[in-house]
Amino acid sequence: MNEPKNKSSDKGGIGVYVCHCGTNIAGTIDVKRVADYAKGLPGVTLAREYKYMCSDPGQELIKQDIREHGLTRIVVAACSPTLHETTFRNATEAAGLNPYYFQMVNVREQDAWVHEDKEAATKKAVDLVRAAVRRVHLHKPLERRKVSIDSNVLVVGGGIAGIHAALTLANSGKHVYLVEREPTIGGHMAQFDKTFPTLDCAACILTPKMTSVRAHPNITMWTLSEVAQIDGYVGNFDVTVRRKARYINEDLCVGCMDCVEACVFKEPKFVNEFDVGLSKRKPVYMPFPQAVPQIVVIDPETCIEFKSGKCKKTCVEACGDRLAINLKMEDKIEKIKVGAVVLATGFQIFDAKRLPYYGYGTYPNVYTALEVERLVNASGPTGGEVVLRNSKKPQTVGIVHCIGSRDENTNRYCSRVCCMYSLKLAHLLKEKTGAEVYNFYIDMRTPGKGFEEFYNRVAEEGVHMIRGKVADVFPEGNGSDRVVLQAEDTLINKIRRVPVDMLVLAVGLEAHADASDVRRTFNITCSSEGFFLERHPKLAPVNTFSDGIYLAGCCQGPKDIPDTVAQAGAAAAEAMALIDKGYIELEPNTAFVVEEECSGCRTCLSMCPYSAISRDEEKGVAVINEVLCKGCGTCVAACPSGSIKQNLFEDEEIFEEIMGVLAHD
Amino acid sequence: MTDEKKNPKGTAENWEPRIVCFFCNWCTYLAADLAGTSRIKYAPNMRVVRVMCSGRLDPQFVFEAFAKGADGVFIGGCHPGDCHYQEGNYKALRRFHLLKRVLMGMGIEEDRFRLEWISASEADRLKTTVNDMVAKVRALGPLNLETPDEVSTEEVRA
Amino acid sequence: MTATNAKPKVGFYWCASCGGCEEAVVDLAENILAVVEAVDIVFWPVAMDFKKKDVEAMEDGSILAMFINGAIRTTEQREMVQFLRRKSKLVIAYGACSHLGGIPGLANLWDRESVFRTVYHETPSTVNPEGTEPQTVFEENGRRVTLPGFFNTVRTLDQVVDVDYYIPGCAPTPKITLQAVQTLLSGNLPPKGAVLAPDVALCKECPRADTKPDDLAIKAFKRPHEILIDEEKCLLAQGIPCMGPATRGGCEALCIKGNMPCSGCFGPPGRVKDYGGKILSALASMVGSNDEAEIVKILESIPDPIGTFYRYSLPASLLRRKKMDAMSSEHK
Repeated sequence: MNEPKNKSSDKGGIGVYVCHCGTNIAGTIDVKRVADYAKGLPGVTLAREYKYMCSDPGQELIKQDIREHGLTRIVVAACSPTLHETTFRNATEAAGLNPYYFQMVNVREQDAWVHEDKEAATKKAVDLVRAAVRRVHLHKPLERRKVSIDSNVLVVGGGIAGIHAALTLANSGKHVYLVEREPTIGGHMAQFDKTFPTLDCAACILTPKMTSVRAHPNITMWTLSEVAQIDGYVGNFDVTVRRKARYINEDLCVGCMDCVEACVFKEPKFVNEFDVGLSKRKPVYMPFPQAVPQIVVIDPETCIEFKSGKCKKTCVEACGDRLAINLKMEDKIEKIKVGAVVLATGFQIFDAKRLPYYGYGTYPNVYTALEVERLVNASGPTGGEVVLRNSKKPQTVGIVHCIGSRDENTNRYCSRVCCMYSLKLAHLLKEKTGAEVYNFYIDMRTPGKGFEEFYNRVAEEGVHMIRGKVADVFPEGNGSDRVVLQAEDTLINKIRRVPVDMLVLAVGLEAHADASDVRRTFNITCSSEGFFLERHPKLAPVNTFSDGIYLAGCCQGPKDIPDTVAQAGAAAAEAMALIDKGYIELEPNTAFVVEEECSGCRTCLSMCPYSAISRDEEKGVAVINEVLCKGCGTCVAACPSGSIKQNLFEDEEIFEEIMGVLAHD
Repeated sequence: MTDEKKNPKGTAENWEPRIVCFFCNWCTYLAADLAGTSRIKYAPNMRVVRVMCSGRLDPQFVFEAFAKGADGVFIGGCHPGDCHYQEGNYKALRRFHLLKRVLMGMGIEEDRFRLEWISASEADRLKTTVNDMVAKVRALGPLNLETPDEVSTEEVRA
Repeated sequence: MTATNAKPKVGFYWCASCGGCEEAVVDLAENILAVVEAVDIVFWPVAMDFKKKDVEAMEDGSILAMFINGAIRTTEQREMVQFLRRKSKLVIAYGACSHLGGIPGLANLWDRESVFRTVYHETPSTVNPEGTEPQTVFEENGRRVTLPGFFNTVRTLDQVVDVDYYIPGCAPTPKITLQAVQTLLSGNLPPKGAVLAPDVALCKECPRADTKPDDLAIKAFKRPHEILIDEEKCLLAQGIPCMGPATRGGCEALCIKGNMPCSGCFGPPGRVKDYGGKILSALASMVGSNDEAEIVKILESIPDPIGTFYRYSLPASLLRRKKMDAMSSEHK
């Protein structure tokens, strides 16, 4: 801590603080030189350098100096403003100075950490501090606007993540809209048989939660629905939900399925999506036996009545005086207001057809792990019996890990759950069929609670573990149905060729194909792998860069059910914290039209995607709605006569910054 | 590396290109932060002015930067379709093209003015584009805009 | 010594100009009589026979207002305006050339060498086998003649001397001129440095303003000769680049009333640093496409951006002039 060498006895000016951040900054930048330089800048009353500006004593330093030296502006050169701009603004405010009389300089993430040349890094810090000092001179006292928060929450996605988040929020008294695109909630977990490592039956632990959702007075559950549009801002979102026509009146259907029985299609003919194509369904169907809502649905793509208008409509007849079928139903638009949104849209599995040499789609006995979940499931297409497409039961099974994952050609990341579910499937297949099971893996990743023990158990049950990436899959030939898996067993340094009756591909997890459309709807970003991007991987794993929008589950990144549920609870807690505060403060970096300068040229009117700019016909000028304005500044740059200003980013402030970084002295 | 750093003939040996950057807060600025947390190293010649959106970019800023001594100007925004404010980057793109024609007409070489779409996770791409631009501007030499010095103003008033 | 009831002295001088501003003064028509009544014109080379030495004889600061039009292009013009600055209380930049550089300002895309090369050597009708070019000093037979030096760069008046007020326009309209003169004579002077015209863009007073749509998305720009211009509709709405939205008003939209687009002669409103930058930002923002290739194509329908956006204001712009590879350092 330094004594300010430049005590000013007249009215206060700018205080400059250069943080060491331990050695993070000071190890590369000569912080003393930067502070000494700052002292000599016009308008600077004092300049200090300090080890950790964000610490309590660091902040206290600012407050004290404001009080004792009558400082009117504060500049802190430290880490990224995304980390501590708010911290220092708050400190400034606590000392009685308007928090926007503060400017932060990024000399850590964008200087000390990215440059090796110490002289150049110091010179850069000097330039940036000079620019900030020039800029902060022009800062105006701005007020954050307080708006109230709507206490409703929207949860998008009815898988285990969405279900858990919805229940948690509903239990705390918030009203939740749970919007699910499929005709039933449950997500992928409903397709699983048993869950690792405890081998709980997935349906047994999931269905009670699904029923709770249905019964909860605080949850409005809309299935076969999607969010069409969302406008507004944190605390005040206007959401448009499209409820697709089910052609069944939800209040009247009792789930008896007489209509399915009576359908003109005597045999099911169409791909059953829930069974991942392993079985067929009719155009009218119950998505799966434990579906919630327990109501059938009619698929207009396959129903004759929609294709030709000439069906006998035996389903309607069978429904009788319940009158639950309404073939004339139309999509319904619902408009709701919510304060926060939890996105729990889940994942899709990797499309194994993208790796043709594994034979998926070519050889009939190659399955994805999700298909196998359905095969081993008692309510699946084969009643839980593992019967292959050639109607036989397998005597040898190969399970290949890392399909589509850890691969530069497809997805670089590890999908986290595949080793565990591969072991689980190995166990289940062996148990049901007594087959010899071979797991081909690269690494065995079993880090969770009880996971290593599960691995040992499965290994002790006699499942063969081969450490080697399967390089080729080819038919055994000679009339055999088997395929041969060829891999180098790297533990014994031998090439192994294992003929198997059944090949299971442990496909990885990916973001949904339409994740980039969904994220645009909600105005969040995606990471380079396509999953929704969290605000900070450690400190804010469920927040996004858009306030009020939270993430839960695999839509944020591959994870197993325990972590999904934990994250869903975290997202619910964040939403609760937001709502329970009662109000939110909006950043004041909005734009405004200077009425007497505006010529009414209308250039700005079409610039705003939030429709924040309108025309006052009487005065013939443009007007900006401060609440709708998000502060992008596009209209400010477009205005041909310079009549729109943006708080905190005024032309003059930016010009000063430009001149500041380039000045020579 | 030594070859890259060699300044063109006739330029002072210790001249370093100065590049003013306008980074949008949500994408390129975060990518630069990510480069920091990942300790990715790049040339120290950029000076970043942070704006909320590349749509805030007023051509006057670019002219001012060159007039005040910048050897290059770099604009960083979100990829088309990914703008945090929906379409600000498209406005920036439109202005960029017209601005580039004016700058080239004013004798400022094309490589000195660059627009890149860099998303928040593309720290590596930030590094390569920054280094590439610095190298290109270095090869062009200092801009040395002939700011015609004020002819001496003798101002004598009664 | 000035008599107690002597009329205030004014003067008019011209630098690199077309003479249109002198005409503008004359265009005051009958109003000129009122002006002549109220003031004493002591220097007006185009119209009156006063010499420089007459002004030299006056005391410094004894001329109330010197209206100087034209840009500064030669050493003689520089010398004269510095001299007149000394002799005047107020210097008023009259017209676009002294205010912003004007049309002569477009020469800042070249330098003296290239201008001389074109004018004295390369134009088709020039016959100059000996390659003669003007010299600043020429001696023959013991006699010496001089010519003013010719600057590489055209300058605005305020880049050479301190300017008190600006009267914009190419040329300033009679109304603007009269208003300005009356203001100056009233003694109620606006803040120094003011441009004596409203500080709002032209669209405010444009008769076609109501026909401009709220969501203009331009698919192609048109030049005035390419279409039959509708006399009632906003010109931008017809695809013609009109500088109106970026240009200071006060001219009563005379060009628009003449069915031609505004070309920006009044310059920008006071808060704008670079006129061309602002109009280019507005026009580009209006381009009706998000596809890069299409954007470039639409913008190509403005064939000469610098000439269009900086027609009158290149020397006043932030970049001031085109960077040439090697300009002579004599007479910058």
